[in-house]
Amino acid sequence: MAKITFITSDNETITVEGTSGSVMELAVQHGIHGIDGDCGGVCSCATCHVHVAQEHMHKTGAANEIERDMLELDDDADEYSRLACQLQLDEALDNIVLRVAK
Amino acid sequence: MKKSELADPFKSARQEKGYGKMNDQIDPVTMVLRLKDVRKTAHDWKKFTSGAVPGRIVVPSEVNIRDTRQIPFEVDPPMHGAYRSIIERWFKRPLEPEYEEKLSQQIQAIINEALAKETIEVVSEFSLPLQSRALTLLLNIPYEEAETWIGWGTHVFRSEGVALDASKANILYEYIDRQLEKASQNPGDDLYSVLLNSEVEGRKLTAEEAKGVMVLTFAGGRDTVINAVTNSIAYFAEHPEALQRLRNEPEIIGKAVEELIRYFSPLTHMGRVVTEDTQVCEHAVKADSRVSLCWASANRDESVFEDADKVVLDRKLNPHVGFGFGHHKCLGATHTRQMMKIFLKNLAEKVERIDILDLKENIEDLDEFKRKVGYDQISVSFKAR
Repeated sequence: MAKITFITSDNETITVEGTSGSVMELAVQHGIHGIDGDCGGVCSCATCHVHVAQEHMHKTGAANEIERDMLELDDDADEYSRLACQLQLDEALDNIVLRVAK
Repeated sequence: MKKSELADPFKSARQEKGYGKMNDQIDPVTMVLRLKDVRKTAHDWKKFTSGAVPGRIVVPSEVNIRDTRQIPFEVDPPMHGAYRSIIERWFKRPLEPEYEEKLSQQIQAIINEALAKETIEVVSEFSLPLQSRALTLLLNIPYEEAETWIGWGTHVFRSEGVALDASKANILYEYIDRQLEKASQNPGDDLYSVLLNSEVEGRKLTAEEAKGVMVLTFAGGRDTVINAVTNSIAYFAEHPEALQRLRNEPEIIGKAVEELIRYFSPLTHMGRVVTEDTQVCEHAVKADSRVSLCWASANRDESVFEDADKVVLDRKLNPHVGFGFGHHKCLGATHTRQMMKIFLKNLAEKVERIDILDLKENIEDLDEFKRKVGYDQISVSFKAR
């Protein structure tokens, strides 16, 4: 079980819980505004871009190479950017805060 | 080689140079072949514009047969975003349960029709009706209207070969003009009416702008969807184990859809016009010349995709560009993904075996490259489970 907090681009804070699957799937199930997950989680659409809170970066680690390539051309991407489809829900992510990219 | 295989004609050019050249009428094209270069070029709308003379970014060029600007596809940011925001939500409707249910009924019906026949020619008797009927949902108009479009045949929006056929395109243009006229007199809850009622930059969309959106909606999702559905049927005919796998593991269907789109790349490429002297993969390109973003080649880029020439149904990391990339990415992708998911699910549930009886490949002639994009015709027989 992991508690994940999303802060949407209109500054709404929503905390949801999940046990399996990806963070993108959890967000889509709960209708988190700004996370579409169009490609279903294969790292092809970048519609699940989130910024990990700086102090929580150790929980997720950095983006993998394919993810970095996807994010490279996103004007809004920074060193805290991740694609939520590449974050698997597990205990390690408990209490993490993710800001949904614009 | 299996009949359902789509070869990668770009491999050596992609590896050796990263680009290819093709002569399109009197307006040649430099084709960008590597995934990273395709993405970068798609992203850089200032150097590689979509807002050129209407029809010029399409390959083969349509400048000689149309003046209507397709919207939002032939518009650059920031205006592109203004147009796109009008219709983005509408094109997400396929995710709604009611839409999904109707689409599911349509697709089940067409699979049942195929099962009831001894043999079926897939392009004209399966994929074309499936695409046409599904489009009535996207437009939110009566189902019966699909019969008109089916009657136009598969090639009403395109030329066969290089010679572009204006009279064929005009059938569509005149049709859309009539529908827009009807909607302006009797507004309803269909896409025509929604467009005519929409505002951009604080004013109503003009009939010409609405037409630009509708032409794109019709043209963009016609042969592409037909190719995706037809190629899938050919693939499953030769890979019954894949159909069996989808039956056993329906949870991988979403990934399978992405992988089939990557492998088939139903749209080979899309052009841009170069706005200043620059380069693509260290090759100089001149201002006012054309480049194309070759999705089909990028999707086989061996530096990104392991076993790029193989269909790996549950490919987990699949950063393909089969629906394009960047701000112009395919507006109809949500509809297509939903259609393909429902199609694969029902095909796996209802069909035991498909046998290919006869076929004629559709080979695109891109000068130094000849690419099989699908079939002009393919007859098969379906066996029920």
